[in-house]
Amino acid sequence: MSASLGRKASIVGVVIGLAALSACAKNDPAAKDDGTGPVSVQATDSGCDLSRRDVKSGTSTFSISNGGSKITEFYVYADGDRVMGEVENIGPGLKRDLIVELPTGKYQAVCKPGMVGNGIRGDLTVTGNAPAQASEDALLKQATDSYQRYVNSQTVAFVEKTTEFVTAVKAGDVAKAKALFPVSRTYWERIEPVASSFGDLDPKIDARVNDVEPGTEWTGYHRIEQALWVGNTTKGVEKYADQLLFDVKTVVAKAKTVKLNPLQLANGAKSLLDEVATGKVTGEEDRYSHTDLWDFQANVEGSQAAIQALRPALQTRDAALVTQLDTQFKAVFAALDKYRVGDGFKPYTATEAEKKTLAAVVDGLAEPVSQVAGVIAKK
Amino acid sequence: MTDDTAPEPIAGEQPATSPAATPAEPARRRGFSRRGLFGAAGAAVATGVAGYAVHSAVSAEPSQAVDNNGPVEFHGTHQAGITTPVQDRLHFAAFDVTTTKREELIALLKEWTAAAALLTAGRDIGQYGAVNGPDEAPPEDTGEAVGLPPAHLTITVGFGPSLFDKRFGLAAKRPKALVDLPHFIGDDLEDARSYGDIAVQACSDDPQVAVHAIRNLARIGFGRTVVRYSQLGFGRTSSTSRAQATPRNLFGFKDGTNNLKLEDAAKLEQQLWVQPEDGPDWMVGGSYLVSRRIRMNIEIWDRTSLGEQEGIIGRGKGTGAPLGKADEFDAIDFNAKQADGEPKMPADSHVRLAHPQFNDGAELLRRGYNFVDGSDGLGRLDAGLFFLAYQRDPRKQFIPIQNHLAKNDKMNEYIHHVGSGIFACPPGVTPGSYWGEKLFA
Repeated sequence: MSASLGRKASIVGVVIGLAALSACAKNDPAAKDDGTGPVSVQATDSGCDLSRRDVKSGTSTFSISNGGSKITEFYVYADGDRVMGEVENIGPGLKRDLIVELPTGKYQAVCKPGMVGNGIRGDLTVTGNAPAQASEDALLKQATDSYQRYVNSQTVAFVEKTTEFVTAVKAGDVAKAKALFPVSRTYWERIEPVASSFGDLDPKIDARVNDVEPGTEWTGYHRIEQALWVGNTTKGVEKYADQLLFDVKTVVAKAKTVKLNPLQLANGAKSLLDEVATGKVTGEEDRYSHTDLWDFQANVEGSQAAIQALRPALQTRDAALVTQLDTQFKAVFAALDKYRVGDGFKPYTATEAEKKTLAAVVDGLAEPVSQVAGVIAKK
Repeated sequence: MTDDTAPEPIAGEQPATSPAATPAEPARRRGFSRRGLFGAAGAAVATGVAGYAVHSAVSAEPSQAVDNNGPVEFHGTHQAGITTPVQDRLHFAAFDVTTTKREELIALLKEWTAAAALLTAGRDIGQYGAVNGPDEAPPEDTGEAVGLPPAHLTITVGFGPSLFDKRFGLAAKRPKALVDLPHFIGDDLEDARSYGDIAVQACSDDPQVAVHAIRNLARIGFGRTVVRYSQLGFGRTSSTSRAQATPRNLFGFKDGTNNLKLEDAAKLEQQLWVQPEDGPDWMVGGSYLVSRRIRMNIEIWDRTSLGEQEGIIGRGKGTGAPLGKADEFDAIDFNAKQADGEPKMPADSHVRLAHPQFNDGAELLRRGYNFVDGSDGLGRLDAGLFFLAYQRDPRKQFIPIQNHLAKNDKMNEYIHHVGSGIFACPPGVTPGSYWGEKLFA
């Protein structure tokens, strides 16, 4: 991805501000006091039981306990799997809270054991004061808020998983480090338009060897990847592991303060697909580990999160485009599913014909995604 | 342009002989230059799916085929780009359809037809075109043809046998003449250069105009089609009109001397256009296209003596005249003997083997192109002839002729067929209709 650093940085730009104003319906003070309390969610490898499926509009809390053997995730989706709130990376035996603000409407509550696939889904109904008809501006405001929530949820897991990866590297546990490498990258790849907008941090974290400027030391994920897969060792890269965790924490701290405007969301969604088309489909990204499909999936998920954040605004402006986007996202995920193994993917050693198939679905998605910015920009 | 009530002439496809626009229509003629029309087109064109459904805006255009660089009439009884005097350049693409939904395929063909009407008129596609759209959106038209004339662009579409499988419910409508080509002796076909659900032939006098056309159609198709292969061609290797001189192929010989010509109207009905009794109805007025990527062993050929080259072809290299004759268009005398009793025209010469006299009268309308795709890993030209031939029934025309050639032609030492395709090219479109409308009716 570093090949396109300059371009991406200019597309995304950075807008730092005091974020997180809420545009959603005003909290009904009564909702907190009516004794309903948090919704408890019992997640297992095959179930996703909610203590109730009706909540009041406003802020709700979901307490998720993972009683299964797989790491799980919990989502509240609006139409088209637009993420209203999520908790990533809930290990077996762990309990996490999700606090989310939900306007009146129909939603889905979803557990994803193994963090893959469509998850185990159930309806969630939010009643109460109907929100005022959202204005166009409010819809766009909601989009940026929604995406901000997404970024924040990803950064938490990003730091956790990178910490685990770094710990394994420093402990000399090659096998564990190899297993965690693509997992920790997933969170990076999902929020890349934000994360990579911080000038020199992207090359420090994610440069491939041929992207390193002369006179600059090669650091980051791919430096460690080379040691793990080519040398089958962690020796000599401990310092890069430390550096990586430091850089990741720096990125995360900065990312939390970034507020992208709707156009930047649209362009970020597109640039993620550009990444897929140029680096992932070709297998250049993870050239030692061949874990490109993890990155591929994560880039597309990140793109989808940005697009779905814009969904309510898009729906009022160009419903046909929304339908097209849904169809094409589905096609890409279906194509990727063919390479699934367990919680991850087969090593990416695709034939030219397979690459062509993947490239075709990405092109099919990237065209409509490239239309989104224009639609959003229309007054 | 939708307010233009001028009647639409259904002119067939003979731009060189179409009536000139009257001087009373200067404003409309100006409209055909690129860029100048944006305002008008933008205002009149209704946005449809992805902004390409602009057919109504184009449907009322009068023929403007007067300027030598001007447009070739898009609408007509037959598709343009078949008997249209062969342009200098080709961009040919075979697409695989990736959607499995019939209505999406139909929508695509509608969008392609609408875009092709604009492209062949020398206009940008979309509501805003290449440069007038919003800053935030990618331009609707890719823009590399801005400022270029229409350059006789024609866009011709054909449907391959694979389109008639189970996906779109078309199996019962597959024409009997749309056979799977048999294996010909010596065929060395590459899958990635062969077959395809839909072929699009873009011919133009300007390579950039032809590339622009295919590029934009491919873009419209993303998510529904994928390019299976494409081929650039230069240097037409045949004439389809008596007004054209016979060009040379990469063997250095005149090619297409004895081709079907647009002036021979009766013969075209007999050899080229599908007739009502041929069936199916949706193909009447259409034609069948066979495409072959024929690699030439250029370096070997170039080491072959002039006499042998001429004997293989059956014509003089300089004049193009049949051996034993003086002029290119002299009648061929297959019975003439040399002093030693050998025929002046060798029995295994290409011209003799391919001649209708030895093929039950079968003829083809050829509009092939030279190609050079750089050099291969051995430093040899990756070059040859991208052979394109239209006909009424491949079972009676291309297949027997090619069988004949594949078995006997001495030229086979210098060529091999590496790509192959066959396509049913439906009749032309009238304003408001789309390519293959009757097929889907």
